Amino acid sequence: MKKILTTPVSDEDLKDIHAGDVIYLNGHIVTCRDVAHRRLIEYGRELPVDVRGGAIFHAGPIVRKVDEDKYEMVSVGPTTSMRMEKFEKDFIEQTGVKIIVGKGGMGEDTVEGCVKHKAIHCVFPAGNAVLAATEVEEIERAEWMDLGMPETLWLCRIKEFGPLVVSIDTHGENLFEKNKVIFNKKKDEQYEQIIEKVKFIK
Amino acid sequence: MDKSKDVQTMTDTVARFIKYFGKVLPDDVQSKLQELSEAETSPMAKLTYETMFKNQELARELDRPSCQDTGVIQFFARVGTKFPLIDELSGIFEKAVLSATEMAPLRHNSVQTFDEYNTGTNVGYRTPSIDFEIVPNSDELDVDIYMAGGGCTLPGKAMVLMPGAGYEGVTKFVLDQMTSYGLNACPPLLVGVGVATSVETAAMLSKKALMRKIGSRNPNPKAAMMEEELERGINAIGLGPQGFSGENSVMGVHIENAARHPSTIGVAVNTGCWSHRRGNIIFHSDLSYTITSHKEAVL
Repeated sequence: MKKILTTPVSDEDLKDIHAGDVIYLNGHIVTCRDVAHRRLIEYGRELPVDVRGGAIFHAGPIVRKVDEDKYEMVSVGPTTSMRMEKFEKDFIEQTGVKIIVGKGGMGEDTVEGCVKHKAIHCVFPAGNAVLAATEVEEIERAEWMDLGMPETLWLCRIKEFGPLVVSIDTHGENLFEKNKVIFNKKKDEQYEQIIEKVKFIK
Repeated sequence: MDKSKDVQTMTDTVARFIKYFGKVLPDDVQSKLQELSEAETSPMAKLTYETMFKNQELARELDRPSCQDTGVIQFFARVGTKFPLIDELSGIFEKAVLSATEMAPLRHNSVQTFDEYNTGTNVGYRTPSIDFEIVPNSDELDVDIYMAGGGCTLPGKAMVLMPGAGYEGVTKFVLDQMTSYGLNACPPLLVGVGVATSVETAAMLSKKALMRKIGSRNPNPKAAMMEEELERGINAIGLGPQGFSGENSVMGVHIENAARHPSTIGVAVNTGCWSHRRGNIIFHSDLSYTITSHKEAVL
């Protein structure tokens, strides 16, 4: 059965969710990436969308203007979350966001923020931007449009948004960091094998 | 002679081709993804491939770019000196990008450096990026067009090794990029490696390596062997689709090389994501064209 969460989510909703689980999301999600993080954390500008208990999406979509102040989501997929690592712990603390959706893993600081403030990081399998767009029912608002199409905060109403693979849970488990240890060990083994065959300079 | 009609026709064709390969993956990529998906056993890897195939179907059906990051468009053109529109080519490519940006629509991905604003058109200072190779006595244009998202651009790296580091150093350089940045760059990846003298010669070759058809091999037997070894080795790391871990990591490893200065080994890595959106189109002198990357393409 599909595990579906609805925003706003509570600490209780996230308690039994673990890294590696697959979940789906109903409610709202707002796109929020590099410059929006920088404006809030480095320049102290208040985020124009309240995300307390809510979800943000590290994503820069393609949208189409359909009417005055009305936009349609064409393609939206996650962008590399690690770019926001520098800001995310403070972002979680200041905004009260509960679900961060992006691509790839995030680091130690984000894990710390997730444990302390009971939040999770999830991955939407990247490159699947049309699928994600069809799970957006409507773009309800757009803020900070001066940042251009990719960086604007697009507030989306979503229906069964996913699959979302939980990469960091509220207990401090980090799927990608766990995988990385295994990957690095295998890499070292492969390196030793390959170098025996590529001694072309003699 | 009034060339303006020909220029318009060719601009439209290039624009429509950009729109097309922004939603339909090339034949070699499609069949490789199919092959890799069949090798997976874990539920997570299977779900990921299912999601990918469903997305590609939806992109066709809804006529939209399959990934939102439609890149900064790059052209790698081999142009015959007798190609009738050789003087107009740069303008044609630029206008085709403008047109595709509206038509596809493509995401606005050209941010003017230093002034730091998005042009909103995908055309900016020195973008789209255009690379020309001159082909003497030919009247054709053979061009690879590529849209690379930020995600798979991020692992790009070049450096100059001392000869003492040898090809062992090249191996380490490539493998390290896979486990640090590669796993966030939407695996299964296509890995391009350049081996030459300096950073820029190696870097350009590493990108051109991504234009080669998957499964093709470097004509030098030793380089080809190293491609196979790296491919086997990186697959054994088991990044899996999206870095969730799995049976494989890459769609392929391509090495392009040039002779080097005796004192240096320039090496570079570029990666292409699973959604490797590149197209190859050959224009003949009468402006009829052949698309080699997508057999079923209708523009």
